[in-house]
Amino acid sequence: MCLAIPAKVISVDGKSAKVTIEDVEYTASLLLLDDVKPGDYIMLHAGFAIEKVDPDEAAETLRLLNEIGRNSHF
Amino acid sequence: MKYVDEYREKELILSVADELKRISKKEITIMEVCGGHTMAIHRFGLNSLLPPNIHLVSGPGCPVCVSSQQFIDLALAYSRLQGVIITTYGDLVRVPGSSASLEKERAEGSDIRIIYSVLEAIEIARNNPEKKIIFLGIGFETTAPATAAAIMKAKQEHVSNFFVFSAHKIMPPVMEALVREGLKIDGFIAPGHVTAITGTSIYNDLVSVYGLGVVVSGFEPADIMQSVLMLTNQIEKGSPEVKVQYHRVVSHNGNMTARKMLNRVFENRDDQWRGLGLIPSSGLGIIEELSSFDAEKQFDIRVPRSTEPNGCICGQILRGLKTPPECRLFAKKCTPSDPVGACMVSGEGTCATYYKYRS
Repeated sequence: MCLAIPAKVISVDGKSAKVTIEDVEYTASLLLLDDVKPGDYIMLHAGFAIEKVDPDEAAETLRLLNEIGRNSHF
Repeated sequence: MKYVDEYREKELILSVADELKRISKKEITIMEVCGGHTMAIHRFGLNSLLPPNIHLVSGPGCPVCVSSQQFIDLALAYSRLQGVIITTYGDLVRVPGSSASLEKERAEGSDIRIIYSVLEAIEIARNNPEKKIIFLGIGFETTAPATAAAIMKAKQEHVSNFFVFSAHKIMPPVMEALVREGLKIDGFIAPGHVTAITGTSIYNDLVSVYGLGVVVSGFEPADIMQSVLMLTNQIEKGSPEVKVQYHRVVSHNGNMTARKMLNRVFENRDDQWRGLGLIPSSGLGIIEELSSFDAEKQFDIRVPRSTEPNGCICGQILRGLKTPPECRLFAKKCTPSDPVGACMVSGEGTCATYYKYRS
C-alpha cells in the first residue's frame, strides 16, 4: 500500500507532471511536492509524487554498500 | 529500472550477509513494520541469508489488513445506499465483512469502482453530479496526504458531491502499543515511505522511552539487508538510535508540503485496528471545518457491532506474535482466492505473502 516507484519526470504542467517508469507514461500529481523539474526522479505513490530521489544520496548508499563488501572480504 | 536494479545486485546483498554473519553475536528480533518490506523479504528470500540468531517478524503495516471489521461493514452499508458510488483502492473490495464483501455487493448491483488515484474520485464526482461519491480512505502517512489534497481540491473547485470515509491511520502509536503490550523485539525496520512524509522524529520515543533501535529502510533487498546490518550494529553495541538507511528518499524533516496538507485536513483521533482494538490517537479524522466532505458526518448510518471472523488469527499475526502457518485456517480454508481474514486479502498482507512464497 505504501508502495512508491521511482519515476523520471518528462515534463511539468502546473501541479501535474508527465513521468515514465520503464518507458510507460504516467501522470503524477504535484500537489504534494514542490520544485519538480524535467529530468528529476520522483517517487510515485497512488498517482502522487511524494518525494524526489536524491541522486547524490543514492550514490552514497551504493558506495557504503560496496565498502561493506570490501571490508567483509578482508 | 534506475534506483531499483542497483540495489538488487546479488554481490552487494551477499556481502552484507557476510558482514552480518561476522558481527552478529546476540539473539536479535527485528520487526519490519511495513507490508512492503515483508513482501520484499519473502520475494528475495532474505531470511535465508541471515545468521540463525537474527529473526525478522512482520508487523501491522498493511492498511487493508488493519482496517477494522466495523469499517468494512460501514462501507458495505454505504454501498447499499441509493445514488451512491463507492470509490476505493483495489484490495479493499475483497475483504470479507460480517455479511459480504464490497466485491460481492458490486455483483449484487452496487456501484463500486476501483481507482488508482483519489483524484479519479473527484473526476467521477464531476461527471456524476446527481450521485454522491464516497472514497474509502485507507492508508498510513504515505497515502493520507493524497486524500487531504483531494479534499482541498474538491473544496477549491466546489465539488460538493465528493465525500471521504476515513480509516487513515498513523504508525507511531501502533508501534508503541505493540511494545507496551509486551512484544519482545530489539528494533524496528521503519517504513521508508511513511518516513519520507513525516520525517524521522516520530520514532524518537521508541528509542528514548523503549530503548529500541530504529532504522528507516528502502525497499530493495540491499536496502533491507543494510538496514538489518545497521540495526544489528546498534543492538550489539547497546546504543539504539534512529537512523536512516533510505537517504535517497527520506530527509530528516520529511516532506513539509505533504505534512502541511495532512495537518490542514486531518486531526488525530482514537481508532480501531483489526485484531489490536482501539489505539489512542492512532487514526486520522477530518477536521470539523471540512465536515461537508466527511462521509461519517454526512451519512447517518449505523451497523451492528462487528465481530472478526471465527478462527482467524490475523490480529496475532499483525502483532508479530504468530506466523501464518500457525493458523489452522492458513492455506486450507483461507487462501488468496477465498480469504477468511484481511491478512490473506492484500498482496502485502503477511498471510498472502507467506502463501505466495511458501515452500
